[in-house]
Amino acid sequence: MSPERRTRTIKVDALARVEGEGAMLVRIAGGRVSEVQLRIYEPPRFFEAFLRGRHFTEAVDITSRICGICPIAYQMSAANAMEDACGVRVDGALRDLRRIIYCGEWIESHALHVYLLHAPDFLGYESAVHLARDHGSIVRRGLQLKKAGNGLMALLGGREVHPINVRVGGFYRVPTTGELRAAAEPLKWARDAAMETVRWVARFPFPDFEQDYEMVALRHPSEYPITEGRLVSTRGLDIAVREFTDHVVEEHVPHSNALHAAIRGRGAYLVGPMARYALNFDRLSPLAQEAAREAGLGPVCRNPFRSIVVRAVELVYACDEALRLIERYEPPDRPAVEVPPRAATGHGCTEAPRGILYHRYTIDASGSILDAKIVPPTSQNQRAIEEDLARFVQDRLDLPTDALTWQCEQAIRNYDPCISCATHFLTLEVERLEVEQA
Amino acid sequence: MKRVVVVGVGNAYRRDDAAGLAVVRRLREAVPPGTVVVEAEADPMLILEHCAGAEAAVVIDAVSSGGRPGTVYRLDAGGAPLPERLFGTTSTHAFSVGEVVELARALGTLPPRVTVFGIEGRAFEAGEGLSPEVAAAVERVAAEITAEAAMAVGPT
Repeated sequence: MSPERRTRTIKVDALARVEGEGAMLVRIAGGRVSEVQLRIYEPPRFFEAFLRGRHFTEAVDITSRICGICPIAYQMSAANAMEDACGVRVDGALRDLRRIIYCGEWIESHALHVYLLHAPDFLGYESAVHLARDHGSIVRRGLQLKKAGNGLMALLGGREVHPINVRVGGFYRVPTTGELRAAAEPLKWARDAAMETVRWVARFPFPDFEQDYEMVALRHPSEYPITEGRLVSTRGLDIAVREFTDHVVEEHVPHSNALHAAIRGRGAYLVGPMARYALNFDRLSPLAQEAAREAGLGPVCRNPFRSIVVRAVELVYACDEALRLIERYEPPDRPAVEVPPRAATGHGCTEAPRGILYHRYTIDASGSILDAKIVPPTSQNQRAIEEDLARFVQDRLDLPTDALTWQCEQAIRNYDPCISCATHFLTLEVERLEVEQA
Repeated sequence: MKRVVVVGVGNAYRRDDAAGLAVVRRLREAVPPGTVVVEAEADPMLILEHCAGAEAAVVIDAVSSGGRPGTVYRLDAGGAPLPERLFGTTSTHAFSVGEVVELARALGTLPPRVTVFGIEGRAFEAGEGLSPEVAAAVERVAAEITAEAAMAVGPT
């Protein structure tokens, strides 16, 4: 039998070490990958409906419940969109505090992914538990880093999970200078630990695999992008956040409840750490740039497996940036600026740990929400993940099923997919059948 | 006084997935002395941070194992891993309760006594509100934890 005549299917039922549950299916026919499906379902659709009729100030807290790992991203995109609708801008120390709490979320989320979800793939461990049995001190370092991020979120957000202190216009309560300065000590340790993290992951073995992605991220005139900027891409996109839906289309695909995002007229695009890094290397702090160079990363990285190194560099940046902002902190006069509602549509986009998170709301003059739209990063990356898998599998058809399935799961984990955000239930199925034909 | 940490895990907007949170919210109404109550919404990793150094830990999570909704599973995780069927990788969270317990065990931070309650859910779709059987189970588990905590502390 010639290999060209074989048909086989790779299906993974339960994708481990991703946020939530998802399913994956790869079909191979005639020696070629004929179909790749990442199946996910969408809670944002539920939340969009749930938000209608609510007061505009409630979106910050309601949407933060979409994801346990990146609540700040949801709060900030929602707050930005509402402030945009009402024509209010939050500046100065309040803006700095928002950036600090967001750094906390990056640290917490990236440390979790780098150490506990992604590293085991490269070191040949089935899970973080197995890694911890052999390398307890390394895992403890990762957990301590995560805790440093959680600490910032608890200080500014009121608590670690689903912070309750963020509101449209600012915060309910702001820290005293002393409280915030006290947070600097654990962050200095975290910054050193992040540098160690970059050195550690840079030595991992990476598959030789690059994709020519269109990468999309925010870009700000002076900062590495977190809370605002214009939307730019490696193929010349340069638009205001309010133009997002003019350039990005969402399509239903039969195999997934999640909408697939694509750039109008071009197709798949990539969001997340690799995109932020490629489009904003020059905006990283000198220390983060040095860490990247030391790790052998060029100004652009197109190997999704090396995204773990980029995440580690962003860990350095987030610690560094939070420390810089804490250093210059003077408490604002008021914990929040007043945001009176008006009939309008507002747009908000911020850089969640996994990539851009877009919110749009239409409210009436009394502040009641008439319409809500939420586009999370994982649903934007869905098509790029499928394209990675198609090419990755195509080049490795000779691998035995177990090895191929394992590597496909790794290829998906490169994206740190947050399926509980992008989806309702992510059940990753990889099923591989070989049907030999006469 | 013995330090007991009670952690409820779950997603408040995924119907019966909120059972563990509902238990700790009931306990908040009358927290037994020496007991710390934690809501680990959607992040069971918090179990690790809060239980380190505790004498005993009680963890409550919803499970979906195909059993009768409202069924309460009570397990002792101090000595052996939790059954994967109940607390394995099918969790909607990054780490299942079973994995977090094993991680703590591997790192040597697991409290000497660990009791895990699993409450079998019926509905896990997006939305609020517990199924009636699950709400009843929440009351039973909360009462059981309160009674045991009172016994552990002794008569006041």
